[in-house]
Amino acid sequence: MTQAAVSRDDAPLNALVLFTFTGVAALLAILATAFSPDPAFRFHGWVMIGAFVTAFMVMAVGLANGRFKDEPTRYHDGVVRAGVIATMFWAIAGLAAGGLVAAQLSWPNIFYFPQFPELNFGRLRPLHTSAVIFAFGGNALIATSFYVVQRTSKARLFGGAWPWFVFWGYQLFIVLAATGYVAGITQGREYAEPEWYVDLWLTIVWVAYLLVFLGTIWKRKEPHIYVANWFYLAFIVTIAILHLVNNAALPVGLLETKSYSAFAGVQDALTQWWYGHNAVGFFLTAGFLAMMYYFVPKRVERPVYSYRLSIVHFWSLIFIYIWAGPHHLHYTALPQWAQTLGMTFSVMLWMPSWGGMINGLMTLSGAWDKLRTDPVVRMMVVAIAFYGMSTFEGPLMSIRAVNALSHYTDWTIGHVHSGALGWVGFISFGAIYCLVPWLWKKDRLYSNTLVEWHFWIATTGILLYIAAMWVSGIMEGLMWREYTPQGYLANAFVETVAAKHIENVIRTLGGVMYLAGAVIMSYNLWRTIRMPSSATADLSAPAPNPLLAAAE
Amino acid sequence: MSERERDEHSGTETTGHEWDGIKELDTPLPRWWLWVFYGCIAWSVVYWILMPAWPGITSYTRGTLGLSDRSAVAAELGALAKQRHAGEAKLRNASLQQIEADPDLQSYAMQVGQSVFGDNCATCHGAGGAGAKGYPNLRDDVWLWGGSLDDIRHTIAVGVRSGHPAARGGTVMPAFGRDQMLDGRQVDDLTEYVVALSRRKADAAAVGRARQTFADQCAACHGPAGTGDVARGVPDLTDGEWLFGSTRAAIRDQIWNGRNGVMPTWEARFSPETIKALAVYVHANAGGAAEPIRPAQQEGAGTSAAGR
Repeated sequence: MTQAAVSRDDAPLNALVLFTFTGVAALLAILATAFSPDPAFRFHGWVMIGAFVTAFMVMAVGLANGRFKDEPTRYHDGVVRAGVIATMFWAIAGLAAGGLVAAQLSWPNIFYFPQFPELNFGRLRPLHTSAVIFAFGGNALIATSFYVVQRTSKARLFGGAWPWFVFWGYQLFIVLAATGYVAGITQGREYAEPEWYVDLWLTIVWVAYLLVFLGTIWKRKEPHIYVANWFYLAFIVTIAILHLVNNAALPVGLLETKSYSAFAGVQDALTQWWYGHNAVGFFLTAGFLAMMYYFVPKRVERPVYSYRLSIVHFWSLIFIYIWAGPHHLHYTALPQWAQTLGMTFSVMLWMPSWGGMINGLMTLSGAWDKLRTDPVVRMMVVAIAFYGMSTFEGPLMSIRAVNALSHYTDWTIGHVHSGALGWVGFISFGAIYCLVPWLWKKDRLYSNTLVEWHFWIATTGILLYIAAMWVSGIMEGLMWREYTPQGYLANAFVETVAAKHIENVIRTLGGVMYLAGAVIMSYNLWRTIRMPSSATADLSAPAPNPLLAAAE
Repeated sequence: MSERERDEHSGTETTGHEWDGIKELDTPLPRWWLWVFYGCIAWSVVYWILMPAWPGITSYTRGTLGLSDRSAVAAELGALAKQRHAGEAKLRNASLQQIEADPDLQSYAMQVGQSVFGDNCATCHGAGGAGAKGYPNLRDDVWLWGGSLDDIRHTIAVGVRSGHPAARGGTVMPAFGRDQMLDGRQVDDLTEYVVALSRRKADAAAVGRARQTFADQCAACHGPAGTGDVARGVPDLTDGEWLFGSTRAAIRDQIWNGRNGVMPTWEARFSPETIKALAVYVHANAGGAAEPIRPAQQEGAGTSAAGR
């Protein structure tokens, strides 16, 4: 082993830079906390001090012991393993928060805690949405992108210790965002609630992520860039742009939490929904399509159905998605011409979205029997089916006449969850079921039966959820627009709320079932990781840390 | 990098690329996919021609159909106003008492009143009108501003401390504690006195000490016996109905901070007929007894002066 000869004096530059960075960040956090007059800012200051001081000390110990040395001949899989664990942790946390807010809607008298404002629906709902989208989804994307880009580029992750910075920096962002929600620190922008200083921190982390990803592609030993990496890159670059523009704001003070948006009125609303819609497009669609493009062909061992389709649907998706945001503001103060454009671009988006579905499903051609024998494949295929359904439902709901009925109702919530639970959740679970045996050197999962249980409980949960939301959404939409013969609204708002009670209860049940599936999965993965490692002599098992030279 | 090869299952060639064992077939675009995509684009272009669509520097393309949300909303509101106007014609020349006595009119008014109450009043007064802390119960027979049909109508029309020139609520409850008109001890004693007024067990010594304070500070509005004054919306302290709560803490809080209720004026939002219907609904909802029939009055003549 050549590494044994490396002395501590050879600590790589990237680790020393990161070490210095954590030290400076710790110092700045201490100063900011000491001088801030804002108790909310000081609270977050303490969180940052805790994070940076811990990071600084861990790095000091690591550097002293000669860690952080580059191993250019091996894949960097430690950070991927950490990402998989974080993904499951945040999945459980985010889904549990969802169960609680669903229960609050079902039984508002029982789950109302006036003495704990932290548990108010208004604070827990963004906690839930951000935990599932950014904490669960984000960690799944970062972990799988780090895995996929290395394998498909035949190169170790670029940046030495910096992938670890991306991982831990992102966890710090999640903690700052989550504690901000419950403490009532918010800029009130949907899916972008964290205040300006948390946004700045995410920007730093995201730039590091982009550089690690781009650097790895730059180092690649393959002549072409694989389609999954196009999608990952589109996701990383576009999210960076969306994040910067939507969060443009002026803080009231350098050491204060509060800030004011750079935009006002309907421009502010449109910026918000340009961001919000493209968070769906580039985070929840492009990123997870990247996941699909690697794990589906890899798992079923079939070639991707159509290279041409992947090119055409990639570019048409990227080009059209970015214009569809105004459909969130139909029949508002937004000028009608902007609504028209939002709607028509959403309709044109239908086929580009379905291109991904076709490529995913048709990749199984020649391996359809695996649907029967491999529950992980079945989970990914159902994910693609939900993707197809919700990317049809989306353009449908963007049509103004349909939106007039569906907007502000539970139908929207059902639509989001068929995408989130069905597509994003299942494709991530499928990818992680693939990854864990690969990363921890096991022949197989601990139990395929438990995967079956997970699949059926969660699928039933999704179906209960979205069916209940279709019924209650259409019902309340119709109730809202019903007039009496005298020319007055027939239903008071509270009557439309009361009418949804049963559907709300079914939705809670569906959500809790989905959570139960994730708990079963976590147990299964934990038992898998604790199984004895597979014999290295078995050449067919993908080794977790293969020597790059021997990788293929 | 591998060569192009033929996939056995599909008979399609691969592109010759390979990443980590993943290859790609060189399948052409599915025809149906391409044509539906073209169809969606064509549909969008047609929609852009027909409807408001593309912005320019100072304006936007209006669309050949000449449709706009603005004119659609105006037309719908106009049609709605016409529909309401036609239906309410029969309420126009009837007095509130006549409406209540005529089963036809009463039923019409009740239907309108129920809708309007649910959309506008229930937010504060509750779906059944039972009220909440700070929001009067409309289902009992205790009325701050009078419970006759005409009183109710007038209150709805002008509101309470609403900014309307004729609004109810010229008399306000001072914040005796917060504004340092009385000290803490006096407010404590006064609280006991008010508790005693509502015929509950109270500290006799405190009641005795507060007697003079009540006469000096409170009796001018609440009356020497604490029975209130409907003409000025001053609550009766002896009836066991409490707008801001009946506990000692709640009563002390009200003496200390002197909160005064606010209700919007609805005159600008509803037609006089709608307000009539609402008054009939609220009156009936509270179990109001039938009133002697009086002829219709001139609109806006006001009825509150007499009070009750």
